Amino acid sequence: MNPYAGRKYVIGGIIILTGIIFLIRLFFIQVVESSYKSTAERNARHIEIQYPARGLIYDRNGEILVYNEAAYDLMVTPGQLQAFDTVDFCRILEIPKNEVIRRIRTASDYSVFKPSIFLRQISSVTYAVMQEKLYKFPGFFVQPRTLRKYPRDIAAHALGFVGEVSEEDIEENEYYQMGDYIGVTGIELAYEEVLRGVKGRKIFLVDVHNRVKGSYQGGRADRKAEVGENVVSTLDAGLQEYGEKLMTKFRGSIVALEPSTGEVLALVTSPAYKPSLLVGRIRSENFLYLSQDTLKPWFNRALMAFYAPGSTFKTVNGAIALQEGVITTASEYYCDLGFHMGGYSVACHMHPSPLDFRGAVQHSCNAYFNYVYRAILTDPEFESTAEAYMNWRDHVMSFGFGDYLHSDFENELPGFVPDDQYYNNIYGEGHWNFFTVRSLSIGQGELGITPLQMANLAGIIANRGFYYTPHIIKEVEGQDRIDERFLEKHNTRIDSIHFAAVADGMEGAVNRSGGTAWRARIADIIVCGKTGTAENPHGEDHSVFIAFAPKDNPQIAISVCVENGGFGNIWAAPIAGLMAEKYLRDTITRPYMEEYVLRGVRLDQQ
Amino acid sequence: MRRSINILNNTDWVAAGIYLVMVILGWINIYAAVFDEQHESILDLSQRYGKQLIWIIAAIVLAITIFLIDTKFYSFFAYIIYAIAILLLIGVLTLGEEIHGARSWFRIGSFHLQPAEFAKIATSLALAKYLSSYNLKIKSFHAIAWILAIILLPALLIAIQPDLGSALVFFTFILVAYREGFSDAILVLGVILAVLFFLALLLDKFIIFMIILGLALLVYWILSRNLRSTFIAGILVAVPAGILYLLSRMDLITMNRYYIILLAVAVALPFYLTYAYRKRIRNIYLILLLAVGSSAFTFSVDYVFHSVLKEHQQHRVNIMLGLESDPLGLGYNVNQSKIAIGSGGFTGKGFLQGTQTKFDFVPEQSTDFIFCTVGEEWGFVGTALVIGLFIFLLIRLIKIAERQRSDFSRIYGYGVVSVLFFHFAVNIGMTIGLLPVIGIPLPFFSYGGSSLWAFTILLFILLRLDATRMELLK
Repeated sequence: MNPYAGRKYVIGGIIILTGIIFLIRLFFIQVVESSYKSTAERNARHIEIQYPARGLIYDRNGEILVYNEAAYDLMVTPGQLQAFDTVDFCRILEIPKNEVIRRIRTASDYSVFKPSIFLRQISSVTYAVMQEKLYKFPGFFVQPRTLRKYPRDIAAHALGFVGEVSEEDIEENEYYQMGDYIGVTGIELAYEEVLRGVKGRKIFLVDVHNRVKGSYQGGRADRKAEVGENVVSTLDAGLQEYGEKLMTKFRGSIVALEPSTGEVLALVTSPAYKPSLLVGRIRSENFLYLSQDTLKPWFNRALMAFYAPGSTFKTVNGAIALQEGVITTASEYYCDLGFHMGGYSVACHMHPSPLDFRGAVQHSCNAYFNYVYRAILTDPEFESTAEAYMNWRDHVMSFGFGDYLHSDFENELPGFVPDDQYYNNIYGEGHWNFFTVRSLSIGQGELGITPLQMANLAGIIANRGFYYTPHIIKEVEGQDRIDERFLEKHNTRIDSIHFAAVADGMEGAVNRSGGTAWRARIADIIVCGKTGTAENPHGEDHSVFIAFAPKDNPQIAISVCVENGGFGNIWAAPIAGLMAEKYLRDTITRPYMEEYVLRGVRLDQQ
Repeated sequence: MRRSINILNNTDWVAAGIYLVMVILGWINIYAAVFDEQHESILDLSQRYGKQLIWIIAAIVLAITIFLIDTKFYSFFAYIIYAIAILLLIGVLTLGEEIHGARSWFRIGSFHLQPAEFAKIATSLALAKYLSSYNLKIKSFHAIAWILAIILLPALLIAIQPDLGSALVFFTFILVAYREGFSDAILVLGVILAVLFFLALLLDKFIIFMIILGLALLVYWILSRNLRSTFIAGILVAVPAGILYLLSRMDLITMNRYYIILLAVAVALPFYLTYAYRKRIRNIYLILLLAVGSSAFTFSVDYVFHSVLKEHQQHRVNIMLGLESDPLGLGYNVNQSKIAIGSGGFTGKGFLQGTQTKFDFVPEQSTDFIFCTVGEEWGFVGTALVIGLFIFLLIRLIKIAERQRSDFSRIYGYGVVSVLFFHFAVNIGMTIGLLPVIGIPLPFFSYGGSSLWAFTILLFILLRLDATRMELLK
């Protein structure tokens, strides 16, 4: 017998031991450890996102305000890059080599394995060349996208714009991924979830060179993109464009509503910009340019600017006084070129005196409304001025002042109506009275009202006492009705009967001789209007005007604010008149008035 | 004297059966690894799976041919076959075709032949012939020199092709020499050196030294079964080490912990030696020698690693040891290989469902990394089956080798076991990240005519020798 025969056990032992080590190791990496599975899936899967076309936006007459145009983003997945012919690459894309390197580095910083945008919105010509040569540049692919297009290039603020999602958007909502587009302002923001549709995805199995080898799980995990829903805006494209044209020379805003529904017919803010400026590759440059503009074109005055409503507010105080019974429409007060009482004086202009309620509205008598407001705050029904004041404030708030209207404008602001505490803090409790707050009689002082709220006021008077929340979308494709809150009727605390006298006064202001707003007059249509001059401590007063027309069965309610425009009748009233006529009749019977506004220079300043 | 016995009745059909199963499994997995929907037929000759079928049929023809050749042929022509193999290895260095920077292949028409694969058979035969020669004193210097020469000559020629992986295979013949009476020390030393090499790169020298020290004491205790003296030996090192440690903590001396323990050992060493001398225990010398040698080796590994190994070799070792993470660089292969195998899970993704191997994430998926396809598509069930088959075959072959009546047959049998074992261990070890990437095929599974034929010849010569073992009277 071989003396070393025992060594067969050692050799056999080594073999078996090796086998056991392998089995343990394999058990660990195949059964215990699960990360290899997901890594393998990541390895071999290529997810192609299919971007749905964003929903279109129509105006109230079915005219397209926003549509889409195809564009192509060149994407890069840094982890799949291989050495490629940079000379050819740079020539096709017309960018320098160091720019290529920089962009690849930026993409790598985001993710090596996930695709990110290499070059945004390449032209269809470049796209055609690139698509053909794409096989030479592994790691790159072309992602079709859509760009917003604006046939009339109007209503930038109302429509808003879309932009690339921010880091925060991605964190907040997992729907979004780097490079997606999202509504940033206006309708695009408010109706983002409706407009964007649902992204689709196709998952492919790819080999190590990222060549497609087939569909993943036979396409069961794929999802079809759902096209975004179209929406119908309440805007009237023609009216909107006309409003923007009229405001070219001015800083300010126009808001036009349909009183019976609260639908916004026009939302003009000036200075504005053309929405097409924020689309495509010119976007970033223009964005910077607009941001640096000292006229602040971003600022949506129609929703965000606070003005003292001036004399337009006399309609509110008058209606409240009638409701409270502290005056009647027949009450007359003398005006001695103003209001003189308790050592205070408020000046007024020349007009017949004494006047009744309708006359006072027509002539915008300051003295009259000081008496009215005094009557409201000294109403013996209440124990103190503060109590009477808060009752008055409740009435005011019922007009939609001092709070958000909760429209579908995302950046709407609430305005400001001070409460008793506000005056208590300044003057001390019990140490203020009518005289302290008398500016409120004629809409000056601490009040802050947005143009949207002023238009809503015009609508309330047109409706004789109620309003529907102003909104800009009247129909969403695939939905039976718009949001409930726009269908809810808001009644003011004023009985409808009291608005008749207010409307009469406003009719007089525009149509009777001696009325303060004759520039808003339209032949054969009764326009009711009220001028206002918002005191401006920083310069010339703002020209303010509210109007609705026709007087019976009103179709349109308007507020116009022209900053530094002086007295309401100078600019705001004619603009409102032109807007109303444009909407109601579609032709302008007073071309001279249009010319006057478009020229934007007062005759006395020529 | 010879007895005539029916060869087929005495053929080891179990081993032959396992061979056939492995070759067919290999063929199926090659099909899955390079599956292409445009060439769906497994018989498509333009694809590797189609070609592999031709190699398999040819291999079976070869096996039958081997069975037709007389047993005496192999031992009689062993040296001549060896000489031819060496000539081919020399020839390939000049006449061979350079592929991937190595001259390893003869090109005959469209067919490529790798002489290194066949050199393993020749070396097995030559080694068997030499070790079975009459009156050989295996522990003599003369014999050791010849044994090493037979093994190292082909290894060297292959190494300069250069094909380091195939060259390394020849060291597996140490196992054969061990079985035939080479000192255990060679085997033990080999294992210890390999383990220490990796430990030295992985762990702090101090920790390794502590491990060596602990092991030395343990070995002594096991051999002497004298707990008391083991304990005293421990104390002898612990006390001076403790004192030095305290001194250094009190900032009286500046010495790092490694030198503290080294000095403590130096202090204890004379006591050990005296004790060993007085008690006349030779084991202690051996243990001490091993301990000191290991420590010195640990030191030198650092030097060897950084000065002798080339950069890409350092990388490979580092990656295997997990010291470098480099998923797209040199570690890419191993990483993808592990991902492919790991993603198979317990039962695998199913036949042709493997994405990692099929879509080229794993390199060389039909040759050196064929085991990945097994792992990915058949899961742990599949890999365990393949490992089981190999272990079963190897143990079976040991059994066959041991039942041979002639020394030549037995030694040749161990040659077969050693070569197959080395390929099996290194190939699978590399795909699962336990060993560095050494490009050698998995026997019977990997795609390729040369390797399949070489392994077939290797195995079937043994089975042929085995079939006629009864003819010999020893």
